[in-house]
Amino acid sequence: MSSPFLSSPHTVATSQVPDERGRFGEFGRRFVPETLMHALEDLTEHYAKAKADAEFQMQLEELLREYVGRPNPLYFAERLTEHAGGAKIYLKREDLNHTGAHKINNALGQALLTIRMGKKRVIAETGAGQHGVATATACARFGLPCVVYMGEEDIRRQKLNVFNMKLMGAEVRPVTSGSRTLRDAINEAMRDWMSSVNDTHYIIGSVVGPHPFPMMVRDFQSIIGREARLQVLEHTGSLPNEVIACVGGGSNSAGMFYPFVDDQDVALTGVEPGGKGSGPGEHASTLVHGEKGVLHGSYSYVLQDQSGQTSDVHSISAGLDYPGVGPEHSYWKETGRVNYVNCSDDDALEAFQLLARTEGILPALESSHAIAHGVKAAGKRSKDEVVIVCLSGRGDKDVYELARILGKDI
Amino acid sequence: MPFIAAGDPDLETTVEVIRELAEAGVDLIEVGFPYSDPIADGPVIQASYTRALGKGLKVEQIFDTVKTLTSTHENLPPLVGMVAFAIIFRIGPEAFIKKAEEAGFSGLIVPDLPGDEADEFAELIKQSSLDLVQLIAPTTPEKRVEKILNTASGFLYCISVAGITGARDELPAELNDQLRDLRSKTDLPLAVGFGISKPEQVDILRDVADGVIVGSAIVRHLEDVSDDASKASAIEAIRELADGMVAATHRS
Repeated sequence: MSSPFLSSPHTVATSQVPDERGRFGEFGRRFVPETLMHALEDLTEHYAKAKADAEFQMQLEELLREYVGRPNPLYFAERLTEHAGGAKIYLKREDLNHTGAHKINNALGQALLTIRMGKKRVIAETGAGQHGVATATACARFGLPCVVYMGEEDIRRQKLNVFNMKLMGAEVRPVTSGSRTLRDAINEAMRDWMSSVNDTHYIIGSVVGPHPFPMMVRDFQSIIGREARLQVLEHTGSLPNEVIACVGGGSNSAGMFYPFVDDQDVALTGVEPGGKGSGPGEHASTLVHGEKGVLHGSYSYVLQDQSGQTSDVHSISAGLDYPGVGPEHSYWKETGRVNYVNCSDDDALEAFQLLARTEGILPALESSHAIAHGVKAAGKRSKDEVVIVCLSGRGDKDVYELARILGKDI
Repeated sequence: MPFIAAGDPDLETTVEVIRELAEAGVDLIEVGFPYSDPIADGPVIQASYTRALGKGLKVEQIFDTVKTLTSTHENLPPLVGMVAFAIIFRIGPEAFIKKAEEAGFSGLIVPDLPGDEADEFAELIKQSSLDLVQLIAPTTPEKRVEKILNTASGFLYCISVAGITGARDELPAELNDQLRDLRSKTDLPLAVGFGISKPEQVDILRDVADGVIVGSAIVRHLEDVSDDASKASAIEAIRELADGMVAATHRS
């Protein structure tokens, strides 16, 4: 259903979004209780100042270099390329970051901002646990108390990350409402924030939520695409033909795509979790199967029923198991700038094992979705073309779940 | 001003509770439209919504039930719908307003549609017979108050504490100051909600507010309704609470 209510005409996608009200085309904005509005205005103001402050940027750059280990490589995956039999596949190695995923880029940025704003406590939500670990890490590094909300079902799926968070001093609060996954963890974190907003910053982990979060998280994650763009020019002398990343809430993909948005000749492809099928509750392909609606404070594509109730979703990967998506992705879909496809649980599992065998790299189950599609896409292109796939995280956290699914004992 | 969630445990009970509250002489009744992701609500109302949705409750059924009620019951206080914007947007704002009017609602509270985002919706509401009740929070600064008052009608919903819905023992000291300030800025009646559960709290607010909203303290009585006997005792407990609150409110 397309409603004329909030809509605005879509033209060619530009990187000059959002506007001051947090609108990416028609999407985004702030649909939150009044209690949070002042904090969001305050955060917008602080972030704008920090963004323009050379010292803040230097601090962040130094942390990313010395603590995270950036820049990470853009790696030519020779044997994977051979297997795919087409375009050269390059992997952006976010898995090599400290804490093993791209989430640390954003967590550190927002932790620095927390200190700047004089807030004394941090809360976060997590799905696969990667953002929880990244936030716990940043908080340990700066001595901030940290509470991470995590769905009970995800706690079961991601034991290793839960233990890691606790080791770093974070309190992990199990969420037992609803589907006990990422969506419910966000609800609980928002509720905590409603009561604690005066002294607490909510480090949201993806490009979702009310303005300024989608913009701010995209900016912090854009280091991925900025590095990849420079590196591919160094390696090959030209821009890639296609850039591919997985999309749950959409933070690694937003960070990867954003610096390429104005390069009209570079095809951008987002890969959503296709789960077990296209029926309701079988997947979490918000852009492929969803409709426009409101969830978690912003207007974007969502998976919901005809009454506006959020649908249950499924993905093998806890980090992609989410019925919403960042508003900038909806904008990119609507303008046609990014093509969104999906990849099944089974294909992701196969890609996980394929990358392990061909390159000696264990990808996160989230990233495996991008790998699966990357192999397909490269196979259809000629050998002188180049495809970049964002390897957003490493797969150590997933081996228990993988073993369980494959029926193997560890 | 009591709040109940529509359809918990079923719409038949909702109707009975509304009738009982009307008899108790409450000034207005808020009818919550159950929503899957209510971020402003505490555990009691969340659980109530989950129970209602678990039985497959649809928005249409709420409208049908309220329509039957308002067209057959003469001495009903105004009914105001408490609805997430997600639901309104999905049904379509114009269609939703029309259905709410036809059902006999007097107004709507949309907790996740803050003043800044309300312009388009307020414009549509203005063309209807409905009021758009706006919320003011303890965290709302002066300059936002002006903006919110621009699109507010009916009454002003003043949130007592920064937080989620649910009974609390104490109300913050700053609340009275904020209410006095609001009183000087608007002629709209001021109703205080979140954390209100006892007649004693009404006494504290008597001089600064025109009404109080009681939600979780009412809704929690419906938690264990499983048969006619438990339903009767739940309705009795709600009536008792309503009587106490009405007496406290109307005492001068």
